[in-house]
This record gives sequence, structure tokens and C-alpha cells, in this order.
Amino acid sequence: MASSCSRTCLQYLLHLAHDNLDFRLPSPFWCLNSLTEEDVRSVMARSVCAKSAFELWGRGRTHSELRTSLLNYSPEKMSPYVHKESTYRINVYTFNKTLLFADRIKKIDALEYLPFEGTVSLKSPQHIFCLLEDYGTDPNNIPEHPNYVYFGRWIADGQRELIRSHSVKSRHFIGNTSMDAGLSFIMTNHAKVKENDLVFDPFVGTGSLLVACSHFGAYVCGTDIDYNTIHGKGRSSRKNQKWRGPDENIRANLRQYGTQKMYVDVMVSDASKPVWRNAALFDAIITDPPYGIRESTRKTGSHKDIAKAPDGSYADSHVPVSQAYNLSDIFADLLHFSAQHLVVGGRLVYWLPVYRPEYCEEMIPHHACLQLVSNCEQTLSSHTSRRLITMEKIKEPKELDGLAGAPDPRCSPYHGHNAFREKYFSGLNKRSSKEDTRADVDGK
Amino acid sequence: MKLLTHNMLTSHVKGVTKGYPLLIKATEVKVNDVDFNPQFVCRMIPKLEWSALVEAADLLGHRQDLPSELVPDYEKNEDFLKKVHRALLEVEVIEGCLQCPESGREFPISRGIPNMLLNEDEV
Repeated sequence: MASSCSRTCLQYLLHLAHDNLDFRLPSPFWCLNSLTEEDVRSVMARSVCAKSAFELWGRGRTHSELRTSLLNYSPEKMSPYVHKESTYRINVYTFNKTLLFADRIKKIDALEYLPFEGTVSLKSPQHIFCLLEDYGTDPNNIPEHPNYVYFGRWIADGQRELIRSHSVKSRHFIGNTSMDAGLSFIMTNHAKVKENDLVFDPFVGTGSLLVACSHFGAYVCGTDIDYNTIHGKGRSSRKNQKWRGPDENIRANLRQYGTQKMYVDVMVSDASKPVWRNAALFDAIITDPPYGIRESTRKTGSHKDIAKAPDGSYADSHVPVSQAYNLSDIFADLLHFSAQHLVVGGRLVYWLPVYRPEYCEEMIPHHACLQLVSNCEQTLSSHTSRRLITMEKIKEPKELDGLAGAPDPRCSPYHGHNAFREKYFSGLNKRSSKEDTRADVDGK
Repeated sequence: MKLLTHNMLTSHVKGVTKGYPLLIKATEVKVNDVDFNPQFVCRMIPKLEWSALVEAADLLGHRQDLPSELVPDYEKNEDFLKKVHRALLEVEVIEGCLQCPESGREFPISRGIPNMLLNEDEV
């Protein structure tokens, strides 16, 4: 940023929610420089991980340091918000500590050195300020005094309400492995999905990821090998319901949230045998491939001879037989597909199941046309996790020499993870039922 | 199935080299009301095989004077964009099938959803 923005480039404080801790730095408080208020607002318009953002006026390890810091903050920068005609309120937020109401009031009173000339309005203030106190991250060892304190002007809240409003619990159509709302929106952000993008999910299931993408204005399409899921038929995943109802399908899910106009199409299709013409069609590919635990991994094809009529035709009722789709092939195919069909600069975001005792970074599947952007771990159990992988297409496959871009499963370091399914189950058998208290709710 | 999707699909029957575009045989077609979004239409036009779109719209009886060639400076031409929008997103094949132009293999469409799965011996 140019130095001329030193007047407009202030310090900002993001207060992050205390979940998905592996996806970020340890502290829920994050100070940022070199941003404008507009930048901060656009981040908050998308983030489901950030609770609130503040224009940082002062900070310190003690209240005394905070006071010094605040008295050093330029009065010119304060004046639009503290003048006689303004109305305001001050909130107190304490991380990892509960505070009595009386103590909150005391802390606000202790800030009387600030040059507020306006009137306090608790119900509808023009400006909201916040004193934030950080009491560390150990709930069993809460200090008497905060480790750090901040004071700032509230700018915006994040989109955490989406986690509640789009909760899978109240969604019309779900499956056994529907992605929860928070993670769906995180994936949408990793993929930088924006208005008027075209997004594709090759393992679409019940469309949870498409729901999140459509919320930010993208047009969405998907495929799945499972006929019943795509058509919204078959057994329900809900406890009290045996069969799926007539309004349970992906289109209905989009309609539930008012984004039906973003629905392009879903199809029954085998992701290992893509049906798209050779062109850069999609702005983003976002998906959660099956890991072979709660959903089977399969593709069309058979090792057996299938009975056919003498004229070589199949009976009308023939359902193509499927064979196991090796995990390492799933990811090799996915990367190859993304290299072909993403626009340059477009992103692939997917979950990679990992057997933790044998994990190393070299295992992340790679492709010459795709650059790794991030790798975030979500632990599922002591020996399994899944990693949210984000990749960006940096060049077209035709720019590579020969077959350099083609998937080469022989030297894929992920090859050993074909055994993920076996290792997952053998791990469960070895441990006693008492040991593993960490719920495998998202384990596949 | 919308014509935007049809424009991007190709036959993947083994051995086929001229599998695009798939022929549409429709027994039921619907026209929906979808909000017109000129920016999205403009973004999609460069990705389209234009003649395949016109052919498909024509076959379904919904060409509505879409020109056989792309008009220049279409970004500002709202009338043109509205016609493209209608063809891409509002016309929907509900029942019918898609046929591989080379092998004749048919992929059924039911309730608006194409089934592109091949049988075991076709892969």
C-alpha cells in the first residue's frame, strides 16, 4: 500500500471465533496493519471464522499500558466518533473469563480518561466501542489479570449467523455425510467463490457445498455416481424418517435458502469418467470426495462378465456394476480434472483423509498445473484426520511438455493411503471402547 | 437439463472421437422464469460453443432468433443478452435423452437430470 494512505491505514483488530483452531494462529485476537476499513468490511462480509472487527485505538499488556497507548492515539482520528452530538456505548468482552456485571461497569468507568463528549446510548448508539481482555487459552488456569487488553471502535461482525441459519439440522435434504454449514462456507471462501462464478462439485451428494457457494452469488452444478442421492430418493438420513419425501433434492435445498436461481444442473455421473468437453469451464471446483468409510468409493466397471441378451443389449433394469475406486486414484483424477477444467487462477478445494501416524507433507497430491495454497488439518480421531487442501491453477495443461501433467499413480506418495480404510477400521478394533472419546462424527 | 450444461457435455463412450455436441431428443421441455443476470451471461458467452447452443435451442423450438454467429459488442446489447439468458438458463429438458453423435449411445434424462453412467463393458 502506498505511504500516502498512512492517514487512512489504521490498525485493525479481528476477534476470531474459538473453533477450527488448527486452521489459524493460536490466539483469537489478530492485529492487522496495512488495510483500509473497506478491506476489513469485505473480509467480514465473507468470514465465518471472525466474530467482530474493530478499529484498534490502543492496546497493552496491562490497563496502564492501554491507557498510555490510548492517550497516544491521535485525537484527530478519534474526533469523528467522540464529539458532542455523537451517541455511543462501550462493551466489555473477556476471553476465557466470566466477569460480574459490576466488574464490567468498573472497567468502563476506568476508561474515563478517554475524550468522549457525546451521550451514552445503550439501545441505539451511533458508535460502539469495545474493551477486549485476553485471559489466555487455558480454561483450567485463568489468571486474575488479563495477559493483554485492547480497545477499539466496532466496525463489523462476521457471518457466523450463517452457521446457524444454514445448519444441516434444519435443511430439507441431507445425507449421511452432508458437510456442515461452517465448513461449507470456509471451503467457499478458500475457493474465493464470488458472484457470477460457475462452480462445480464432482461428488455433490446432497449439495451442501453448492448451497454455500450459491449464497455468495455463484451458479452451481454437480455430479454424483449415486442415482438415489441425485434424484432425492431412497432412505432418509434422519432418525425419525424412513424414506425421503418429494421435496428432498438439491434444487429444493437451494430453494430453501432463496438461491434457486443459481441452480444450473446436477447429473448422475462417474467422476472418474468425466463428461465435459476439453475447456476451462469452471471458476472453482469444491468437493468432499468419499473416503470409503461411511460412503463407499466406487466407479463404473466390473471384473466379472455381465449377462447380456444375444443382440448385445442390456436389460432395461440394468444398473451398472461398480468397483472400488482407489483413494489415490480419486485424488489423482481430481487434480487432473481440475487442471483441465478450471480457469487459470481458479481454485480446487477438497478434503484429503489422512492416517496421522504416517502423514508427511509430501503425501499431498500434486500436479504441475496446480499450486498448493493451503493445507488445514481437522482432527477426527487420534489416528485419523482430514486436511482441507486448496490449490490454484497456474497454467494450462497444454503448456506442459508431453505427459508431464498426467497423473502418475505409481509415484504418487499418497498411494499408501489406499489403505486408509483398512487402517481406519483396524485402529478402531485395536483400541478399547473407553480410550477413544473423541466422537468420529465427521469420520468417513 | 439446461442448455448451458448441454453446451459443455460431450460423449465419453470408449473410442469415440467426435462426441460433441450430444444430440438432444426431448419428450418434455419446460421454460422456467430465472432472474436475468447480464453479468453472468457475459461471463459465460466466451466459454460457449456458440453454434452448438443455437443448434440445440433450434432443435427444441426455442431458438427465438438467436443469430447463427455471435454479435460483436454483445456486452451492451441487453436484448441479445436476454435471448441468450433464456436459451442458457430458462429452457430445460425434463424428459428425453442425449445421444452420442458417433456411437448412437443414448443417455437418458429423467426429471431434468441426465444419467451419464456408462455400462461396465463400455468403460
